[in-house]
Amino acid sequence: MCLGVPGRIVRLVEEEGLQMGDVDFGGAVRRVCLAYVPDAAEGDYAVIHAGFAISLVDAAEAERTLSLLNDAFGEDLSAVNPSPDTENR
Amino acid sequence: MKYVDEFRDAELARGLVAEIRRTVTRPWTIMEVCGGQTHTILRYGLDELLPAEVTLAHGPGCPVCVTPIELIDQAITLALQPQITLCSFGDMLRVPGSAHNLFAARAAGADVRVVYSPLDALDLARREPARQVVFFAVGFETTAPTTAMAVWRAAQLQVPNFSVLMAHVRVPPAMEAILSSPDNRVQGFLAAGHVCTVMGLDEYLPLVRRFRVPIVVTGFEPIDLLHGVAMCIRQLEDGRADLENQYARSVRVEGNVDAQQLMHEMFAAVDRRWRGLDTLAQSALVLRERYAVYDAARRFALPQQAVTEPSECHAGEVLRGLLKPPGCPAFGTRCTPERPLGAPMVSTEGTCAAYFRAGRQPEAIR
Amino acid sequence: MSGTTIRLHCPLPSDDGSVVLLGHGSGGRMTADLIRRIFLPALSNPALDRLNDNAELRASGVRLVFTTDAFVVSPLRFPGGDLGSIAVNGTINDLAVSGAHPLGLSAAFILEEGFPLDELRTLVDSMQRAARGAGVDIVTADTKVVERGKADGVFITTSGVGLVPDGVDLDPTRAQPGDAILVSGPIGDHGIAVLSAREGLRFDTTVVSDCAALHTLVAAMLASGGAIRCLRDPTRGGVATALNELAGSSRVEMLIDEPAIPVRNGVRAACEMLGLDPLYVACEGRLVGVVAAADAERVLAAMHAHPLGSEAHRIGTVYGQAAPRVLLRTTLGTTRILDVLSGAQLPRIC
Repeated sequence: MCLGVPGRIVRLVEEEGLQMGDVDFGGAVRRVCLAYVPDAAEGDYAVIHAGFAISLVDAAEAERTLSLLNDAFGEDLSAVNPSPDTENR
Repeated sequence: MKYVDEFRDAELARGLVAEIRRTVTRPWTIMEVCGGQTHTILRYGLDELLPAEVTLAHGPGCPVCVTPIELIDQAITLALQPQITLCSFGDMLRVPGSAHNLFAARAAGADVRVVYSPLDALDLARREPARQVVFFAVGFETTAPTTAMAVWRAAQLQVPNFSVLMAHVRVPPAMEAILSSPDNRVQGFLAAGHVCTVMGLDEYLPLVRRFRVPIVVTGFEPIDLLHGVAMCIRQLEDGRADLENQYARSVRVEGNVDAQQLMHEMFAAVDRRWRGLDTLAQSALVLRERYAVYDAARRFALPQQAVTEPSECHAGEVLRGLLKPPGCPAFGTRCTPERPLGAPMVSTEGTCAAYFRAGRQPEAIR
Repeated sequence: MSGTTIRLHCPLPSDDGSVVLLGHGSGGRMTADLIRRIFLPALSNPALDRLNDNAELRASGVRLVFTTDAFVVSPLRFPGGDLGSIAVNGTINDLAVSGAHPLGLSAAFILEEGFPLDELRTLVDSMQRAARGAGVDIVTADTKVVERGKADGVFITTSGVGLVPDGVDLDPTRAQPGDAILVSGPIGDHGIAVLSAREGLRFDTTVVSDCAALHTLVAAMLASGGAIRCLRDPTRGGVATALNELAGSSRVEMLIDEPAIPVRNGVRAACEMLGLDPLYVACEGRLVGVVAAADAERVLAAMHAHPLGSEAHRIGTVYGQAAPRVLLRTTLGTTRILDVLSGAQLPRIC
């Protein structure tokens, strides 16, 4: 289904017996439930939907897909369209 | 943003479009099932990048759109009770029931609160023991496990004032209904990547075999969608019908087993009439008997009643991919996001709203 | 698809446009609709009918601008500001977009019975700090109290009067084909800061509201000598709505370049998480402006030299004289229409 956003697990926290964690989406951090990704470790990326991690991002698969696509169709991956992404003051 | 920006790369997009153009030799109709995928297609104008031979039909993948009108009415009825706080995802608030929507209910004094997660609703129930907190549980199999956990926790922590109004539905019956329909034009599917993240791939093999259609489990970023289209077109041109996984960075063959287990413990599948579609067998999830105390419909003895839709709304044809919103006579005129006739115009991902927001003109004007 | 028609008994008045809805306050299409249906027919006059951020009044050769704004925000305090600071800066900014020098502000408070005096003191102190920082006084004020439950804590209405210097002519009807479109800094900071403090969403971010008084930035832009056509401060409804308003007033098409729009990482991340589009998220200390293309660099240089304009950027071009609309060229190079906000922008989940 729908809005599932990848974020980095920056902290594991237990709340009354439920495995939770703080996930950083690249500048916004939210406490989410990690009960469905029991193997999660700090530093892992997870897909977050409605306050829950529903999967851990398979870094190897992501790399594989991107390499495949880049070899076939792309150029240097670092040449993403530049936009004035500004750091926080 | 990692795992997001890379999948929005303009160079890759151009390359994939070129590949699709090289591959395609005749017209094909592909349906993306999920509303989130529709949103991306229109937000990035992907359908304009694709060659004319490729038609993207937008499927019934927005749970807001397919939630039965009776359930909206029930949610409104509950919200209007003085001791009840109704918690809901944001996009449900504008979906029209038979006479009103939850926004209007709030204007009339109902306690309606937007939450990001069902666990937020449970937290609220614990903080306000004098209120009855009802969570309006909408969504496909992606969201169902989150509701399951909220009810599980309510039972564990013995939270007496929390309940859920169940409105979860399953995707495979909808795809089957589309493929079985005599006026079906869909030749290949981009399956919903987050639904499959939870449920895995098994449920889709029977569809591939029975109907001989390619199904490519696809993600939600523009590169994912273009890649999924490219894979699907490749199969169609080759005369194959296989199940492929474009979204392997999130979808495993077996899916999320923990989520499936809790869903199985808490929920059973029943037949349900979908808004804009027919009654689909085993297509909705309800709470099992042992968790009945957390079922708002039973706790508050809600009457079960059937309601008809305004006849001008063509939501059913839009949801089945038979009609593009600009082709609907009410699109943009009598039916707009502020005055919607049907759910697809309301949900931020409903096909009609997505078209409206992306500025597609009604066809007569073009 | 058939079923017996049985209506649930529901005491609600029907949602046929007979009551005020929250969407009417969103700053987008519904707000415009309410103004057109209820307010304009009754109150119509040449100044009001222009529906600018402020009204110009002339007396004895002096050009004054006059504006009023009501401020309701929940929660009352958020990272980077509070109801008090936005009440002061928001009204100053409605004067600033005409190039006016603010002369004075008024403030009217509607207080809810039971509202803690400590919190009121904090808000008022915040207003004073904002006013002093902007070099403007709150010269007159009023207070009313309503019963518990009738006012969400505090509502503040501020009005302001400003003096437009000779030779300054900023008007939303003046955008012309070929003009450059600028933004003074990253968008969406305020809206995300407020959301992060709101119950039910609760996320942590380093994003703070951009709430600030812009009149000295505008003065610096005017001092550059560049030909500035019009300015607008994008508040509710965001940059997309503000651009549509300018395009509508000038009856032009605008083309905005999405990759050129500055957005902080934290805002981008929060929008992704919630399913929001930064182009519709409110700012409280930003300008969008239309300037003659030949002067764009000069005006940008003047903005960069000012603390509130250090991240100013050109984001687009006025395209042509046609049915007014705003087009967005996406990061993928495709083009779509950037509409005004329809109702309230809701965090989407699905």
